[in-house]
Amino acid sequence: MLLEATVNNRPVSLEIEPRAILLDVLRDHLGLTGAKRSCDTQVCGACTVLLDGSPVSACCTLAYEAGGRTVETIEGLAGPDGLHPIQQAFVDRVAIQCGFCTPGFVLTTKALLAENPCPTRSEIADFLGGNLCRCTGYWNILDAVEDAARRLAAAPTSSQGPSS
Amino acid sequence: MLDRFTIHQPQSVEEASEMLARFGPDAAVYAGGTELLIVMKERLAHFPHLMDIKRIPGLNALVYDAERRELVIGAVACHRDLERSPEVRDRLPALAALEAAVANVRVRNAGTIGGNLCFAEPHSDPATLLTALDARLTLVAATGTRQIPMASFITGLMETVRRHDEILVSITVPEPAANSGVAYERFKLHERPTAAVAAVITVVEGTIADARIVAGSVGVRPQRLLGTEVMLRGLPAMETSAVTVADFIRDEVEVTGNLFESDPYTRQLARTVGRRAIAAAIRRATGEEGGRLAA
Repeated sequence: MLLEATVNNRPVSLEIEPRAILLDVLRDHLGLTGAKRSCDTQVCGACTVLLDGSPVSACCTLAYEAGGRTVETIEGLAGPDGLHPIQQAFVDRVAIQCGFCTPGFVLTTKALLAENPCPTRSEIADFLGGNLCRCTGYWNILDAVEDAARRLAAAPTSSQGPSS
Repeated sequence: MLDRFTIHQPQSVEEASEMLARFGPDAAVYAGGTELLIVMKERLAHFPHLMDIKRIPGLNALVYDAERRELVIGAVACHRDLERSPEVRDRLPALAALEAAVANVRVRNAGTIGGNLCFAEPHSDPATLLTALDARLTLVAATGTRQIPMASFITGLMETVRRHDEILVSITVPEPAANSGVAYERFKLHERPTAAVAAVITVVEGTIADARIVAGSVGVRPQRLLGTEVMLRGLPAMETSAVTVADFIRDEVEVTGNLFESDPYTRQLARTVGRRAIAAAIRRATGEEGGRLAA
């Protein structure tokens, strides 16, 4: 079947099998390897991508479900002027150790701040509760999300990156 | 890699039902896929034909019927739809709060309420509360429609009364009376709860007039605690009544042993979450917590 979708603001059209998993299509056919396969059961969040702005587990999403919709991966966030403010906040707050979980955390943060621009620390922890970091970096991650919220509030339209 | 299958996108419930009847055990209903795809990836089951019912018009509607004072929830509404729906938050805040805490945000974006109930995983949060709320499920086949009370829908471990050619189209939840309180409490270490209790308590003149208490996650299906309900009726509408029946919950609940928790431990957890749920429901029924409208 033909998959036609918008991936990171670019139209994509490719022939897929109904059984194709979104994560495989992104990684193997589109070369977008930011989303990672880890638990493969929707528990860890390493494969998180945004489907029409909402976080989903690409490891457990059939690729055809993306038909006619927008998919955002970590590769779509940085713009010509550099990192997206959320990415920059993660760097500045040292919310990264090995980095394997980071694309999922950043994209989940983007979805959170889109619907709740000024979340409390407990709201952040709730929303990110399904993203696991095994380098035990949660404290810095919470700091980074709070920081990112402040950065986006300070420059709400100009610095959201190319895909917002 | 999944084994090969064909995706069908029926445009009506009748068409989906006919396809299910035609393909028999080779077909499965596919909605959010949060359970089905994992089972298929693990190769525990394979279905050469998947019926994607999400494109059937109206199947994700969320409507409050003011005349009947009932909330009608379309079967393919996802958990996030319920969590954020103004109707659910207004009329059944305990259900909205429960939905906001199902698994994680990605599962809630994909997983549907109907898929959750039909999969009948023993640790389902919604199944437990919807049993206590006396919800009714509407099942439609090409040959006819029937309504089944939630309390008799799940018959065993991942087994329901749904026939193969039937589609669950909606869940009807009566709005609790103004003098009642609803609460759901659970204990959870992982993605799914270890023990959960839902309580719906009606109070008349300072006394518990009625109670529906349902334990979930501890056995193969949600179970009404009829003995505990009888014991609660007539007790004062005070939190101490939850303590009075707590030991009884521990003894009444049917526990299915598993690898992770001993039976006495599970019973003790049921006692604790049961006491908390009943106390919260009493508080809400008596208006000590903003009445019925408190989450």
